[in-house]
Amino acid sequence: MLYATPFLAVALTAAAGTIVFGLMGYDGPRAVRDIFVAPLAHPDRWPELLVKAGPLALIATGLSVGFRANVWNIGAEGQYIAGAIAGTGVALATWGLSGAWILPAMCLAGMLGGMAWAAVPAFLRTRFGVSEILTSLMLTYVAVQLLFLLVRGPWKDPEGFNFPQTRMFTPDQTLPAISEGSLIHLGIPIALLVACIAWLLLARTVAGYEVKVVGLAPAAARHGGFSERRTIWLTLLGAGGLAGLAGIFEAAGPFGQLTPQFPGGYGYTAIIVAFLGRLHPVGIILAALVLAVTHVGGELAQTGVGLPQAATGMFQAMLLFFLLATDVLIRFRPVLARPARARAAA
Amino acid sequence: MSTALLVSFAMTVAMASTPILLASLGELVAEKAGVLNLGVEGMMLIGAVTGFAAAALTGSAYLGLLAAMLGGLLTSLIFAALTLGLSANQVATGLALTIFGVGASALIGAPFVGRTIERLGPLLPQALAGHPVLRVLFGYDLLVYLALGLTAVVAWWLRYTRPGLVLRAVGESDTSAHAIGYPVLAVRTGAVAFGGVLAGLAGAYFSLELTPMWADRLTAGRGWIALALVVFASWRPARLLAGAYLFGAVMTFELHAKAAGFALLPPEILAMLPYLATILVLTLISVRPGRVSTAAPACLGKAFSPA
Amino acid sequence: MVAVITRRSLVAGAAGAAALPFAGAAGSAQTPLGIGFVYVGPTGDYGWTYAHDQGRKAIEAEFGSKVKTSYVENVAEGPDAERVLRQLATAGNKLIFATSFGFMNATVRAARALPNVWFEHATGYQRAANLATYNARFYEGRAVCGTIAGHLSKTGTAGYIASFPIPEVVMGISAFTLAAQKVNPNFKTKVLWVSTWYDPAKEADAAKALMDQGCDILTQHTDSPAPLQAAEARGMLGFGQASDMRTYAPKAQLTSIVDDWAPYYIRRVRMALDGTWKSGDTWDGLKEGAVRIAPYGDAVPENVRREADRVKEEIIAGALHPLTGPIKDQKGELRVKEGERMTDEQLSKMDWYPAGVQS
Repeated sequence: MLYATPFLAVALTAAAGTIVFGLMGYDGPRAVRDIFVAPLAHPDRWPELLVKAGPLALIATGLSVGFRANVWNIGAEGQYIAGAIAGTGVALATWGLSGAWILPAMCLAGMLGGMAWAAVPAFLRTRFGVSEILTSLMLTYVAVQLLFLLVRGPWKDPEGFNFPQTRMFTPDQTLPAISEGSLIHLGIPIALLVACIAWLLLARTVAGYEVKVVGLAPAAARHGGFSERRTIWLTLLGAGGLAGLAGIFEAAGPFGQLTPQFPGGYGYTAIIVAFLGRLHPVGIILAALVLAVTHVGGELAQTGVGLPQAATGMFQAMLLFFLLATDVLIRFRPVLARPARARAAA
Repeated sequence: MSTALLVSFAMTVAMASTPILLASLGELVAEKAGVLNLGVEGMMLIGAVTGFAAAALTGSAYLGLLAAMLGGLLTSLIFAALTLGLSANQVATGLALTIFGVGASALIGAPFVGRTIERLGPLLPQALAGHPVLRVLFGYDLLVYLALGLTAVVAWWLRYTRPGLVLRAVGESDTSAHAIGYPVLAVRTGAVAFGGVLAGLAGAYFSLELTPMWADRLTAGRGWIALALVVFASWRPARLLAGAYLFGAVMTFELHAKAAGFALLPPEILAMLPYLATILVLTLISVRPGRVSTAAPACLGKAFSPA
Repeated sequence: MVAVITRRSLVAGAAGAAALPFAGAAGSAQTPLGIGFVYVGPTGDYGWTYAHDQGRKAIEAEFGSKVKTSYVENVAEGPDAERVLRQLATAGNKLIFATSFGFMNATVRAARALPNVWFEHATGYQRAANLATYNARFYEGRAVCGTIAGHLSKTGTAGYIASFPIPEVVMGISAFTLAAQKVNPNFKTKVLWVSTWYDPAKEADAAKALMDQGCDILTQHTDSPAPLQAAEARGMLGFGQASDMRTYAPKAQLTSIVDDWAPYYIRRVRMALDGTWKSGDTWDGLKEGAVRIAPYGDAVPENVRREADRVKEEIIAGALHPLTGPIKDQKGELRVKEGERMTDEQLSKMDWYPAGVQS
């Protein structure tokens, strides 16, 4: 059941989409096929899907660890932006220099930037008991405005005719493609690798066990000598670091600069990806791909059957609704087996 | 001249604050019952478009308001069905609801782009609002007064009535409330529905009064500000009112200052302020925990299943 | 209304995509020319994207079965744009219009990767053999508006709601102000930066603030009709933006600068059909019909209409350039000498304002 529900949700969404798009006067079956199947049908499009899914998987992996421990970081978008800002800071400071050390330094700065942004909710939660749900969300808006401030002000490209964007990064500051001419940049395999490592850590280490115990049974965790405080710090910094890394990967990869359009909502979508993936790294990679498919497929449906973008948005929302709805099928099994989880699973 | 300026300033503030007050009041009631609905922006957009469509089709902005309430209500019931009926995660469902609202409103609104309607307009006859000083009191449309009145009613209802007490109990401790025999899920559904109705009205305020038209994403992110405001007000209606008007005043003052040729602060810093202030308030009320009514409802965002 | 049009492209689109795996078939004489559009906003924005989509519809009306158009809307400026551009090319489109400045890097890369597809990028400055750029001389229309404002403003102060200080916005503010100062040498323009292209409520509040500060005529470089609605509600005057906004403000709208991409699009499509398409940089203006002046509102008296028409005719004839010296900047320094005209090169980098602009 655990692994069947996503497929059930996809099937329900496809059925509902066919009917709704048909009622709206479009070719329903073909629209649904364009959204769900067409992006997968051509191997040419696979790199595009991976490029889209990479950051989602990376951020969602970080979030899922926190969600397992009942740490509700919903500000990954802010941490993603903060990472991009910090990494871009290094890029602009080293502009004109060359060397193989620059790119790793940018990535490190990106991780630290994301961690710093996540440290605020961690500090406020552990020190004052402030809900991280709200603080992390609020900080996202602060990060967006900080980005605007920088690219419209001090970081504006001096040769860019006053357009609010930074310089283009130099080749030494840009993530290389995995092979000549490929869309896939180095960040993508790293993202997938990180997701796998996270899985190993969770499954095989004491820290991973601690996170799970704190999430499932806080009282038992205290008895077992596990620190809730440490878990909060660990999961928030981890999630922030990965989101920050995703941010600088995106900035130094496909964007090649920082622009006001940089915040594209990966951080929010990743929350959904984490849930769809059942907070499991393999599930998350699959879920990230599903969302990438619907996104790319939505564009195909626009050119194919003239389906407006708004309809694709609604279709994605329907998919999420069905996934969340079918969750109930699995949630009540663990509840029946282990009553202690009913409250904690909240 | 300066009286006219002041009157105009005050009226701009009142009107800019009204949709945020309405949306956040609805969200406050939902959160007081323990439900965190992040889909305010989506519900507002649905309200804006259904309100406009109804007004355009019937010629009556007041029928538009009714339609907007219905639109917001139905949208919120999707959320209620998933999170309360099926115990889905509230954060994820709320985000999905916003995606839904953006898409659905654009689809519904497509045939109405470029159409015009008669705006709501002042509620009271012009005779009462002829003089500038009278106008600042009596020159508004229905929703400005409704928002103020509802804030008072909600404040009183939550504090002094038995159903209000039950609602707060449900938000503070769903298991105890359930044990006593209160219908936790029914109360929460009602609270979410109220939030939907008010978000619908808030959205319609854009399409029927502030900027009487329909264009995609008309509300431009005000729903997120409403969410922040609930926290900023530490879940108290009176502070919500003060916060909404403070926000409206600062934003309007910024525009006036810039039009007069001086900048207060870079606009980006100013745009950060509401969120930073919210974090600050949240920290302060956590450092000095006052009465229960000022703190976050203990069950906020958590699912409840009456096992 | 929109659905009807998309229904039409549905049929054409289905045929095109079916032919896609058999690229050889594309050579036959009957195959329509595929034309793709990438939009930054929704076609329902009643502003920038709406205007481009009107141009797309004009192509369909003009060429009928000889072309098939398709579009992707709400494309984020950044990597998504490159994917969409490639996708449109894969779907068989031979001529692709990228209609926002923020698509520049993506279009440059796509053009490099797909040398057999013709790309056109609006408002950009990077070109290649298969990548042309195009823009419109909106500032010419602004000069006509400025002329009207100079005559009709009683306070001698106009309010200008502006997005970001990029050259296109800067030259618009300058042309408007200079034209108004020809009528009323003491004319001032108060610029209010709202840091957004689209936020109707904020645009309306900005309009109210400007009117409260003594501006009796409004103009804007943001996308929504909200400022004009605010002017209408107070009995003030203003100018529409991007499309004729008279329905929103029948009394307030003096005229509107209408973006009309249709002449350019039709010209380029004809060249593509004839096989004479070439890269280049095109700035069309009033003369070519890319910028049009909407019918004057009732508030514009006969003598002012004549003046405005004269300015328009002189610009079309090339006798008048809205940015001709002497122009002093805000500090009083002479930036453009007597009789000298600002070149396109200077305009596309403009980052200063003439005296009389309060920004």
